[in-house]
Amino acid sequence: MDTQTWIYLVVGASFALYIGIAIWSRAGSTSEFYVAGGGVHPVANGMATAADWMSAASFISMAGLIAFLGYDASAYLLGWTGGYVLLALLLAPYLRKFGKFTVPEFIGERFYSRTARVVAVVCLIVASVTYVIGQMKGVGVAFGRFLEVPFDVGVFIGMGIVFFYAVLGGMKGITYTQIAQYCVLIFAFTVPAIFISIQLTGWPLPQVGLGATMADGSGVYLLDKLDAVITDLGFAEYTAHKGSDVNMALLTLSLMIGTAGLPHVIIRFFTVPNVADARRSAGWALVFIAILYTTAPAVGAMARLNLMNTVQTGPVGEPESNLAYDQRPDWFRTWEGTGLLRFEDKNEDGRIQYYDDSNPAFADRAESLGWQGNEMTTVDRDIMVLANPEIASLPNWVIALVAAGGLAAALSTAAGLLLAVASAISHDLLKGMFMPRISEKQELRAGRIAMAGAVLLAGYLGLNPPGFAAQVVALAFGLAASSLFPALMMGIFSKRVNRAGAITGMLAGLSSTLLYIFLYKGWFFVPGTNLLPDDAAHWILGIQPESFGAVGALLNFVFALLVSRLTAPPPDDIQELVENVRVPRGATVPGQSH
Amino acid sequence: MNSPDQSTGARAYWRANLRLLAKLILIWAFVSFGLGIFLAGWLDQFRIGGYPLGFFFAQQGAIYVFIALIFVYVRRMNRLDRQYGVNEE
Repeated sequence: MDTQTWIYLVVGASFALYIGIAIWSRAGSTSEFYVAGGGVHPVANGMATAADWMSAASFISMAGLIAFLGYDASAYLLGWTGGYVLLALLLAPYLRKFGKFTVPEFIGERFYSRTARVVAVVCLIVASVTYVIGQMKGVGVAFGRFLEVPFDVGVFIGMGIVFFYAVLGGMKGITYTQIAQYCVLIFAFTVPAIFISIQLTGWPLPQVGLGATMADGSGVYLLDKLDAVITDLGFAEYTAHKGSDVNMALLTLSLMIGTAGLPHVIIRFFTVPNVADARRSAGWALVFIAILYTTAPAVGAMARLNLMNTVQTGPVGEPESNLAYDQRPDWFRTWEGTGLLRFEDKNEDGRIQYYDDSNPAFADRAESLGWQGNEMTTVDRDIMVLANPEIASLPNWVIALVAAGGLAAALSTAAGLLLAVASAISHDLLKGMFMPRISEKQELRAGRIAMAGAVLLAGYLGLNPPGFAAQVVALAFGLAASSLFPALMMGIFSKRVNRAGAITGMLAGLSSTLLYIFLYKGWFFVPGTNLLPDDAAHWILGIQPESFGAVGALLNFVFALLVSRLTAPPPDDIQELVENVRVPRGATVPGQSH
Repeated sequence: MNSPDQSTGARAYWRANLRLLAKLILIWAFVSFGLGIFLAGWLDQFRIGGYPLGFFFAQQGAIYVFIALIFVYVRRMNRLDRQYGVNEE
């Protein structure tokens, strides 16, 4: 069977599965719609959380990021896994004990303030909607590349699928599709990795293969070989640290705090039966996430080595060692067609020279060889996962798997984000503020309408991505880190932080982070409106905008504690609420208490 | 209302919880920021197989420690819950 048939078959089967689950898991109450009835097994919820969390970026882009940055990409690996320790230890069990439907609901009740709740809703919606744009784009791209349908048709199909199970089943439908999507995406990610690890090192476990010797009998370690191959061409050493330690630590911390504060991840822990299960479930979530996150470094390093070996077939310096352009492999031609890979024969010798022409130390050597610049002018990092099976000549069905896996990753995250948005609108704004007297049935209908609206909005933004689409990660994590995480943590760990403190803190964190990002990325990301150029020389204290979330969080803590100290402590019933949240006994299923 | 006895118990439970959290967070910070970032360059002179040690912690080891930390937390908290009688039925 050819690749295209395999792709239609595998992607079609996975979609049929999601729709089947949607029909089986319709939501009949608000409790089912918002928190899947509160009866999800902790291991199952761990799996759903992993799919909820791992987005198109984790599946498609991260391994490529590691492939080109090497050690320096560790900030993402550490940040996006280390955040789960904070979530498990500092937030998840207590918020589960609180036993309500949404994150803003906790902030509103704990700080006895509608204003605080509205601020939280705004942060949640901005963070989630910007995040969802990337997912819709991922869906469109995956369809476009693998199924050869136009980008917008791809987005429409993706929207249709999400619409079906998210509107019908709410959190219940999303939970069970996410479990299926986790299985699809993890299988799709690990199978090519195992094949490639066996090819290069003889070890089936990629995590072991990355630290093992090459299978070619040379006895050289894979990482040493990779370091040698790329430094020979002027690239920076793979395993060494290139940037500043402080900036990397700050970026890592920002990503950790942001991860722990993202509402669509937090609400997943409202679906388990009790507090002990919420703790356990966070551990399982990290286990399932770690399977991908510990495989990705191996995929990155091995794909980079394969790519280098394809283009540079022998020792640097001999002309025959550079691959002749007309002998390039089929996958090279395929991906040239997509524009993700581009070659330009600068010295017109008909051969490919791929090296680091920005490295002054290598310039003399390149000149003496008659090289006139790097000729691989575009090597998109997404290629490292998307083309990986082809580069390693894996069977056709593996390529089909990668297509289904990318779609599963994008759809599962999109659905989780949309639920967070829809529940904030129907539960926090509509039921909580404007129409507190609506019946449960009406609220369920409102939830479905909000969900439908959110899907349409996401689709629209996916089709007409605003200029800032590429910056959304910085924004989403920055907002979650600087506004939501500190407010939630202080709400649990301090009885003294009061309404005025929490609101001042959230606004301080939020505005400082927005300001810092806009300073370098432009006001509302409008190109050209940035006041300072976005480079290391102009960053204040060397802090890059992506790393500012941790600073924003610190400001949030400082302002909240200071203002609370100067104003009256929270009323007695709030102090009792905090004491109650701190002990597991007496947890109830959200929506079914009292 | 809580009897004075119960609230002293609750306070002791919360203090025990905070002590456990402090220990775990310290390990978490040491592994990720210490071994994975600030000490990574120095650790790279040692090796596990082909992995330079600092690189290993940054891209593999720290993640395994994170998982272990959460499960240690789960076990210790379950024990604390029972010890102070605040566990769920």
